Amino acid sequence: MNKRMKPTGMQKVLIRRETLSAYLFLLPALIFFVGFVIVPMVICLVTSFFNYSMTEFAFVGFSNYMEMFQDKIFIRALMNTVLIVVVAVPVVTVFSLWVSSVIYKMNGALCSFFRCIFYLPVVTGTVAVTVVWKWMFNKYTGLFNYVLGSAGIIDSDVSWLGDEKTAIWCIILILLTTSVGQPIVLYVSALGNVDDSLIEAAQVDGATSRQVFWKIKWPQIMPTTLYILVITTINSFQCYALIQLLTSGGPNHSTETIMYYIYYQAFKLYRYGYGNAMGVILAIIIAVFSAIQFKVAGRKDE
Amino acid sequence: MKKIKITPYKVIAAIVLTVLAFFFLFPLYWILTGSVKTAAVINDAVPQWFPLTPTMDNYERLFDNPAFLWLFNSVAMAVLSMVLTCVTASMAGYVLAKKRFVGRNVLFGIFICAMALPKQVILIPLLREMSFLNLHDSMWAVILPTVGWPFGVFLMKQFSENIPGELLEAAKIDGAGEVRTFTEIVLPIIKPGIGALAIFTFINCWNDYFLQLIMLNSRSKLTISLGIAKLQAEMSTDFGLIMAGAALAAIPIITVFLAFQKYFTKGITMGAVKG
Amino acid sequence: MKNWKKWMSLLLCAGMTAGLSACGGSGGDTGGGNSEGSSDGTQITLWTYPIGSWGDSATVDGIVAAFNEQYPDISVSVEYLDYTSGDDQVTAAIEAGTAPDIIMEGPERLVTTWGAAGKMVDLSDLWDDEALADISAVSEAVVNACRSSDGAYYEYPLCMNAHCMAINYEVFEEAGALQYIDEETRTWTTEDFGNALQALKDAGVETTGIVYCGGQGGDQGTRALARNLYGAQFTDADHTTWTMNSEEGIKGLQQLVDWDQAGLISHDAGLQAADELQLFANGTVAMSFAWNASNESNYAEQIDFTAYAMTFPSDDGVPELDGGIYGFGIFDNGNDAKIDAAKKFIEFVCDDETQGPESVIASGFFPVRSSFGNVYEGTDQEERMSVFNSMMPYLGDYYNVTPGWAEQRTAWWNMLQNIFNGNDVKESVDAYVETSSAATQAASGN
Repeated sequence: MNKRMKPTGMQKVLIRRETLSAYLFLLPALIFFVGFVIVPMVICLVTSFFNYSMTEFAFVGFSNYMEMFQDKIFIRALMNTVLIVVVAVPVVTVFSLWVSSVIYKMNGALCSFFRCIFYLPVVTGTVAVTVVWKWMFNKYTGLFNYVLGSAGIIDSDVSWLGDEKTAIWCIILILLTTSVGQPIVLYVSALGNVDDSLIEAAQVDGATSRQVFWKIKWPQIMPTTLYILVITTINSFQCYALIQLLTSGGPNHSTETIMYYIYYQAFKLYRYGYGNAMGVILAIIIAVFSAIQFKVAGRKDE
Repeated sequence: MKKIKITPYKVIAAIVLTVLAFFFLFPLYWILTGSVKTAAVINDAVPQWFPLTPTMDNYERLFDNPAFLWLFNSVAMAVLSMVLTCVTASMAGYVLAKKRFVGRNVLFGIFICAMALPKQVILIPLLREMSFLNLHDSMWAVILPTVGWPFGVFLMKQFSENIPGELLEAAKIDGAGEVRTFTEIVLPIIKPGIGALAIFTFINCWNDYFLQLIMLNSRSKLTISLGIAKLQAEMSTDFGLIMAGAALAAIPIITVFLAFQKYFTKGITMGAVKG
Repeated sequence: MKNWKKWMSLLLCAGMTAGLSACGGSGGDTGGGNSEGSSDGTQITLWTYPIGSWGDSATVDGIVAAFNEQYPDISVSVEYLDYTSGDDQVTAAIEAGTAPDIIMEGPERLVTTWGAAGKMVDLSDLWDDEALADISAVSEAVVNACRSSDGAYYEYPLCMNAHCMAINYEVFEEAGALQYIDEETRTWTTEDFGNALQALKDAGVETTGIVYCGGQGGDQGTRALARNLYGAQFTDADHTTWTMNSEEGIKGLQQLVDWDQAGLISHDAGLQAADELQLFANGTVAMSFAWNASNESNYAEQIDFTAYAMTFPSDDGVPELDGGIYGFGIFDNGNDAKIDAAKKFIEFVCDDETQGPESVIASGFFPVRSSFGNVYEGTDQEERMSVFNSMMPYLGDYYNVTPGWAEQRTAWWNMLQNIFNGNDVKESVDAYVETSSAATQAASGN
């Protein structure tokens, strides 16, 4: 495929035919993708330059973007979002890698058992999981205060979701429990696929298990790691339902995320243009994060 | 069989793992037991670890609402999204991985970039579109954007990279048309991948609370996720009732997951690893 | 393995069938509801917020049935919103062009939000001289609230109420705190209130009351509390300027912070009114700041003590309560037949001699029309409602129609969180007023 020859007439026909049939195969997906993702996306990008609300529609150039960087709450939301990502992504990756490396060698039933357990919060459904955590975090009737209080760890009841210092960590904790399921499943498979003969050869050469891991397994599971990093990053950036159902961005904007703030601007204040502008910025940030991960983690893959 | 050495690290790891497993299992346990607890027990500051006086009262109140209809809506919506996504994504993923054609790299680049965009920001344009198509407040308003989401195409492209080129060449030499090559050679190879994609799509659609919230109004068209969120009314926090709703939402999907989990994990094995 | 495939395909088939049938059902009418039966009649949709039993299908079905006896050609389909996500759904429906014909809520949404955005129909023809006189006789404020600044009426009101608070009578009794309340008028002064808190604390009540600020749910309670302590006004009389940064306003908020720091009252940035009410009903807290007639009946079953309704404490003992004015508005969907039908429905529900009072009773509140008299007379609720009725004279200014209301609400609970976290009260309130004023300017600027 790397031959860079001038295509002959015959090849031209072939290429044209290939292209045609390829697009026929792509057609169904493209209809949905263009119709319900690309078109709205373009509208979103265009309207981010407008003062677009329920009643108005006027071109304002970059003023939505300029306003954004003077909007203290937006900056706060940006910091919170970055905090969530910076904490959640490494923790999810390391945690799931550790769990997987422990369970993948266990016998089949036990391994599936653990895999299922860690996947449960995902299949239980975001809303169902969120409401039960809301109850457990409740200051007066929740489990946490009772357990920690009985154990003597806390003196008086804590308003977990109502305290600036704890609220975002509660959100991150719930996010973690719902995020590690898929990476664990992926890592278990990836580790299981590592070529055994390579490991045995290394062991014969006297490699320690740590060396075996970093020199042999780690490079082989790199593509999986990359995939997990990207997916977790995207999911963490888009954390929304948790915030809406638990804290509405409070207390004192300490759990405000960009996603929630976009929703607030658009659906509560009808500032669609402003919300869209923030969405564009968020997309750019996510893209940059993903690109960095590709660059750093994906180098060997190329 | 390899012999397994028991080291202190392994013992500690096993203990930590068990504790973690308990931690992950507990919310579900708390949903299930909470759903059969009386209001007095639920609102007591001292938790009752096991429901000593179980009651079906919460479920009775839950079924004052059309909860089964909501559940059915969720399932129908997720299944339809799943089927459509699997069909469109497997076709697109295959050609993106295996065909050389004009615009391929650009197209794939666009698919990848689109994955980064937060779905919520395109909601207002989507609303307008659905209104134009006369589909707002119908389950299609949720299904169509879900199917359009490029993740499926991305995943299926990764799976399709594994298809040996020689097989495709051989089929061509045998005179098989594109469609036959796809159904008879490609599909069987990427089938595990489709299984994985099916479950991902199902779960994503099920959990896409915000899209559902914006697209559906009628009580008869709500999903179970929306239903539970609605049970949290402004002037009361009836945890028993909410737990009953959560249990109703969780049990069917967990059952399906447990039934399919082997199939599911096997599917993932083959795809993502080869990146 | 084979078995699973069979199951899978069965599942798929079921899903497909379901999808197709659902598609067929939704293709034609986006409004949903009972389309068969009245081929040449008019179909209208009504969305209600949970205002008493107006959020309850059994009651509303009865009202619609009564309406259909008189107007068999108009079919009404009803959807029930909640306060958590209802606004989002209305926003979405407006943008999608599937807004309902009739919506039931208060002026802050109908007039200030959707009316100001030009989405509502002017209901001036429903406000004939008779209605105007009848409603004015109860309260001029109701009329003003339903009329927008351009003179159009975007709401036709049905009922009103006064939001108040409630105390756990037995707990107060035991703590010897009853001496601080005037059981005759159900009022107390700020000093009484402080003493009562102290008495409760001395008697070992762990949590006396909670200033909840985890969101906007039930914020009328925290507003009324902070406002009344030293007689502050929430806005100016023209509803153009936010005034909680006045000396009285700051003093009231500072008082709450002082009580909080002294352990006499609590704050919780994780709770909204719903949670606080539940805690009150459980007996965990000794008072609720989110009480009203409708909540009393909702929680009656769960409460095994006397929930004693009180007005908010004020420095002079004469409180100014926050009101609720609930009624109907019509979205302009560009269909005159539907607008006419919607008006007929509203007239029937609000003005009909027999249905009108029934509709009010369904809300659990009080009529805006003086000619209805005491709608609870002779019902089993008469005694209960007379308590709340006696508070109606304390109804204060209806400032909820100030432009920028929605943004102000968010700024309010964030401000409360701020001051309870130890930030300077004056600074925080100034910042809150600044945010809200900017919103007001933006909203009235266009």
